[in-house]
Amino acid sequence: MFLRVAWLVMRKDLTIEVRSREILYTTVFFAVSCVLVFAFALVKEGRPLEDAAAGIMWISVAFAGTLALGRTFERERHSETLRALMLAPTSRPAIYVGKLLGIVLLLLIVEAVLVPLVGLLFHAPIGNRPLLLVALLLFGTIGFSAVGTLFAAMLVRARSRDVMLPILLYPITIPVIIAGVRGTAALFEPVPATDLAQMWMALLAFFDIVFVTLSLWTFEPLMTE
Amino acid sequence: MSSTRARPAFAAKGIDSVSFDFTEVAVRDVSRHYGRRRALARVSIACRAGEVLGLLGPNGAGKSTLLSILATLLSPSTGEVRYGTKTAQEAGPALRSCLGFLSHDLHLYPELTARENLRFFAQLYGVQSVDARVGSALDRAGLTARSGELVSSFSRGMRQRLALERALIHEPRLLLLDEPFTGLDDASVAALVSRLGELRAGGRIIVVVTHDLDVAERLLDKVAVLKEGRLVAFDDAHGRIREHYRAHVQELKN
Repeated sequence: MFLRVAWLVMRKDLTIEVRSREILYTTVFFAVSCVLVFAFALVKEGRPLEDAAAGIMWISVAFAGTLALGRTFERERHSETLRALMLAPTSRPAIYVGKLLGIVLLLLIVEAVLVPLVGLLFHAPIGNRPLLLVALLLFGTIGFSAVGTLFAAMLVRARSRDVMLPILLYPITIPVIIAGVRGTAALFEPVPATDLAQMWMALLAFFDIVFVTLSLWTFEPLMTE
Repeated sequence: MSSTRARPAFAAKGIDSVSFDFTEVAVRDVSRHYGRRRALARVSIACRAGEVLGLLGPNGAGKSTLLSILATLLSPSTGEVRYGTKTAQEAGPALRSCLGFLSHDLHLYPELTARENLRFFAQLYGVQSVDARVGSALDRAGLTARSGELVSSFSRGMRQRLALERALIHEPRLLLLDEPFTGLDDASVAALVSRLGELRAGGRIIVVVTHDLDVAERLLDKVAVLKEGRLVAFDDAHGRIREHYRAHVQELKN
């Protein structure tokens, strides 16, 4: 039942997004703009600043993710449909997982556009260890989205939600961003530091377990007003 | 009143509401505070199966707060709500399968079609025979011909009818309506009153927050008048309290 509800919620979110494409277009456009601006600032005479690619990639993901989180829950606020979800006789954490999966999937699509662009503009060797890079991105995205989904749901009825979300989200997800940046930078070395990247990836997996567990644990009480 | 209504056909797994039913909802000494502000103060009311209870009062009287407490969306600061013999905490999530809630926000996804909205909520509530249930809900809402259209293209009246069927898709025992007549034309109001009459005859417990006093007089079996979070009148709308109620109605009109 838990997984069925999560699947239903995720499928509903994706159906709406496929129909409107509003969040996808906005986040992709925003993330690409971010990378382009950084490229103008940090690439001089065709040579990018050392180690800049990993940082720019992750900061663009974080900014785009915040935008996606806000917009996703704005939809639930519009007709108070989040209340309708909370009224369903199901495990409320299952609703959280459904929302989380929808956000993660959306951000992975954004990253599919972002990563080649960063590779192109910052001469980052994204093909060095592709599977490891995908794993780093996946774990980092789950960690960031786990906290973001919880806070965005919690703030959905707050007047200052647009201000509060980044204020709450970024300090807590800083470890995820740092681990993502260091792991990715290790992979972007001329000779990829695979061991180092795997160490950062393990740390990201640890953060994911902690953040998802805490979010599942606190979602129900936080959503009961 | 009748308590022999057929129980909803929930999916076998996950929802244990089939073992939970009730014929009365009773609010006992319920208070609710938001910080230092008091929204409700020691309110006690009750409503039985087959009755329509109206919550009346000026804006900020605490009507919607009380409805949210009945819907388990808010916890009372003190006091308790009993659904039959159990409180919300004792009944757990199973209680929510016996509750239908319709607010003036309608709780519909405008980017989904009428059918998709009903299907989503039917599946979420673990309703069996989803297609048949959705089909008959669309029939009752008079939207079968437009079931494939996005809700965003519907008029307010059509959305309201769909939202009511969405709230009823799992055949709840207790139906909670927050200002359901807002923004409806006379024909839609009459249709909604008629539908609520059918539900009352079917043994549902219905609690309605409304400012529409004409509709209230046609529909309600009981009236609770709230003012500044306090219950100032509660009784049978057709009994001796009617005069008392009318005095409050007059006060509200003024």
